[in-house]
Amino acid sequence: MADSQALNAPSAVKERQKRAKMRRNMFYIVLLAIGLVAPFLAYPVFLMKILCFALFACAFNLLLGYAGLLSFGHAAFLATGGYVTGYLLASYPGLTPEVGIIAGTLMATLLGLLFGVLSIRRQGIYFAMVTLALAQLMFFVFVQSSFTGGEDGLHGVPRGDLFGVISLSSNLAMYYFVFAIFVFGFALIQRTVHSPFGQVLKAIRENEPRAISLGYNVDAYKLLAFVLSAALAGLAGSTKTVVFQLASLTDAHWHMSGEVILMTLLGGVGTLLGPLMGAGIVVSLQHILAQSPLGNWVSVILGIIFVVCVLSFRSGIVGELTKMYRKNFK
Amino acid sequence: MTFMKKTLTASIAVAAASTMAVSTAHAEISDNEVRIGYLADMSGTYRDLAGPGGEAAMEMAIADFGGSVNGSPIVIFSADDRNSADVGANTVREWIDQRNVDMVGGLVASSVSIAVTKVLEENNGLGIVSGSAASSVTNEHCTPNHIHWVYDTYPLANGTAKAVVEQGGDSWFLLTADYAFGHALEADVTKVVEANGGEIVGGVRHPFPTSDFSSYILQAQGSGAKIVGLANAGADTVNAITTASQFGLTQSGQQLAGLLIFLNDVHALGLESTQGLLLTTGWYWNMDEESREWSERYFEEVGRMPTMVQAGIYSSTMHYLKAVEAAGTDDPEVVRAQMADMPIEDFFARNGSIREDGRMIHDMYLAQVKTPEESTGEWDLYEILSTIPADEAYRPLSDSQCKLVQN
Amino acid sequence: MTMIFGVPLAVFMGQLTLGLVNGAFYALLSLGLAVIFGLLKIVNFAHGAQYMLGAFAALLGFRYLGINYWLALFLVPLVVGSFGMLIERFLLRRIAHLDHLYGLLLTFGLALIFEGTLVNFFGVSGARYATPEALQGGLNLGFMFLPTYRAWVLVAALAMCLFTWFMIERTRLGAYLRAGTENSQLMQAFGVNVPLLITLTYGFGVALAAFAGVLAAPLYPVSPTMGSSLLIVVFAVVVIGGMGSILGAILTGLGMGVIEGLTKVYYPEASNTVIFLVMILVLMLRPAGLFGKEA
Repeated sequence: MADSQALNAPSAVKERQKRAKMRRNMFYIVLLAIGLVAPFLAYPVFLMKILCFALFACAFNLLLGYAGLLSFGHAAFLATGGYVTGYLLASYPGLTPEVGIIAGTLMATLLGLLFGVLSIRRQGIYFAMVTLALAQLMFFVFVQSSFTGGEDGLHGVPRGDLFGVISLSSNLAMYYFVFAIFVFGFALIQRTVHSPFGQVLKAIRENEPRAISLGYNVDAYKLLAFVLSAALAGLAGSTKTVVFQLASLTDAHWHMSGEVILMTLLGGVGTLLGPLMGAGIVVSLQHILAQSPLGNWVSVILGIIFVVCVLSFRSGIVGELTKMYRKNFK
Repeated sequence: MTFMKKTLTASIAVAAASTMAVSTAHAEISDNEVRIGYLADMSGTYRDLAGPGGEAAMEMAIADFGGSVNGSPIVIFSADDRNSADVGANTVREWIDQRNVDMVGGLVASSVSIAVTKVLEENNGLGIVSGSAASSVTNEHCTPNHIHWVYDTYPLANGTAKAVVEQGGDSWFLLTADYAFGHALEADVTKVVEANGGEIVGGVRHPFPTSDFSSYILQAQGSGAKIVGLANAGADTVNAITTASQFGLTQSGQQLAGLLIFLNDVHALGLESTQGLLLTTGWYWNMDEESREWSERYFEEVGRMPTMVQAGIYSSTMHYLKAVEAAGTDDPEVVRAQMADMPIEDFFARNGSIREDGRMIHDMYLAQVKTPEESTGEWDLYEILSTIPADEAYRPLSDSQCKLVQN
Repeated sequence: MTMIFGVPLAVFMGQLTLGLVNGAFYALLSLGLAVIFGLLKIVNFAHGAQYMLGAFAALLGFRYLGINYWLALFLVPLVVGSFGMLIERFLLRRIAHLDHLYGLLLTFGLALIFEGTLVNFFGVSGARYATPEALQGGLNLGFMFLPTYRAWVLVAALAMCLFTWFMIERTRLGAYLRAGTENSQLMQAFGVNVPLLITLTYGFGVALAAFAGVLAAPLYPVSPTMGSSLLIVVFAVVVIGGMGSILGAILTGLGMGVIEGLTKVYYPEASNTVIFLVMILVLMLRPAGLFGKEA
């Protein structure tokens, strides 16, 4: 039919893509604006918690949603970033926070490289189990080390002065710093996903044997995705430690790995904004429930959300919303 | 288990509404309300030690006090810290920033208390730690903004170890939980045992936490020590005791010494496996008439006999409210000073006083778990053997690393 | 006194024996998981919670219905197993066509629900379950005093393992099951009700977990969280043994019990973690596990 020919002509497709991109960019600008005014509308520390976990979830999602690898040990990177940054900033008061954060992120990246090399050859459930085992070993290391403070945790991490000049003790200043970090991490992921590298990852996820037959070094691509994911998870952990001025074993426990899976699943695996939404919901839920008479039921409610999501909500909230949008507006 | 909470909150609301109109020049009470935050583990390992029962104790204190101070109503906020320093510190930070909370009570897991007291220090708040065991809370981690109320590992280790050695238990095997807390207990006990003429003949450090103690009990049996000391806490202690009883440890002549064990643990374990266990406690519900009376009232409300932590929460809340009344303000610094000025002599604490490091010292008691034959009821579990006076029980100030102490 | 690496022989023998007992227990627990994953390709993260439900059912059955230990050993796996069958029929079947990792997440959520709910009703302190009279006391083996009950656990666990292995590898029912999960359409064409078989198998795996729970009740305080710490150890055992292999799970369970037992003598602080080290080493050298079928 003449219509469909016109619809699929190269110029028409390009026009649609351009409009879609503009819509997307408008959306991001709106989100950015909301992020900038948010601390005046809600408690900044709460928002920062969401942002840190959102970054963690985005990092995890890069690996699961785009590279197709389910890691059950991501808590190890969160904790490494957190402890290293915390230890350096608490022991060397002269250090500025951004240096501490960079150091923590670097350590997490190295750990990511190590874990990646050890696990990337395995598939599916074996991969998940290896990452879990490695994370458990890290947990053991953290419990045994004195620098982490073990069960008591690492305390007294100063907020410090950013670049030596901007004091981060005010929640507002700290918020904007955290927001900037989140935007950086998010932008990095967004660019990665839409880059040629991201396209190859997608190909690998959808049909690995074919990607291999096309000549791609599949293991190298997966490893790079893994390391990037670990680095950003470490960045989230490092930032979180400066916000809360402490690091504890909770960050390294396998329940934390489970939580980030929940956030990503709830928000929408393989979507860019899904993890942000998932993190926002889970953190808010925990926060609200903790102070209500339902406080005891937090894990039950999280469990129910897990079950419901897997049964009927697999694309997550953002996924479902996108589907609805596509159905009704196209 | 519905507590008085609903009725209490409703009556407080009514009282607030009516006293709002009547409150005169008591602007020294911030926001015209005394706001207390209760932070504890409500759903995890330490739930039965303080948990919802501790909140009930706090509410009892408020009700007994009259529900208001100098016309200003008393309001509680409560939250579950899920044994996470993160969650705890965060909650308190928010309570201070958003709700102007005047005092934070409860505080069980040591990591939570250490984190929370740091937040309180930064914000000039006031906290009363009732549940934590770590003696570092008033040692390296002391602050001018909190008081440690019920107990810590120093009197527990000291009291039990010393008494046991004096009774003839001079060779020890230590079963230690392999983390900072366990190591600290192990170090404390070793010092006391050796100082009193005893000997540590062996020991093993088990991972924290551990579910199967059979291997370690076997090692304890093989050591030939008269006493097997349990330098661990919570589920580990309970598991170790259960396993020890299965392996006939006490039947073959060795004795168990619990260095950190509570009423709810003994209750859960049962007298079969715990009989004869020596332990130190800050308080026991049946230790005298006054305690019994209060405990029976508590039992009516809650359905369980109170642990020393829950009783301590009542005691500390009551003392706090009295101090607020006497000082005429809820300003944390002033109230803290006022609390230190007033001695504590109630059903919970005898010879109680608050030291400069924030430690509330009071008489402690050496107890022994009764045999099933001796016990006359579900909660009739301890026999109090002797009193350890307040000024001997706790770490002497001369040994303290607290920054508030002039050494 | 003969010493082995600095430890007296008697102590060594004693620890070895305990290691075997624990190993048999691990084998039993891993067995249920191996059956469920090997045959149904479901990663049953609720296994620890189901084990805990078995122990709780025994406890509550005794408290409120007066059901004694021996009856519980028989009844509890049936009850909890049936509950498992309901889970399979109404929840797991709906996602059977999806990636296996969804099964992991669903069962993980279920575990959170079971544990969280029970914590609210029973707290975490753990309740006592009395050792049945016939099994009280102990045997003096010379080098150690072994509680009779632990000897019983060894025997019962091994017997159940043998029974299960036999059922699956050597009987017609087992053959149908193995064939049905490999090629369901063909088996259904032959008139075998494959979906029913799958439901029964999941139920059986859960029943095995519950059986282990009843065995555990007199040993460890019965608490809602008793399964969660065991869960990842059990998974490690199954992964090391090879996720498709029943025999692998049994032998690895026994082996890990012994390795863990010896670690408790020489380097106890690491005894919780040694299994993960072994898992990583094994997966490096044999990606499908020791007895696994595919990579």
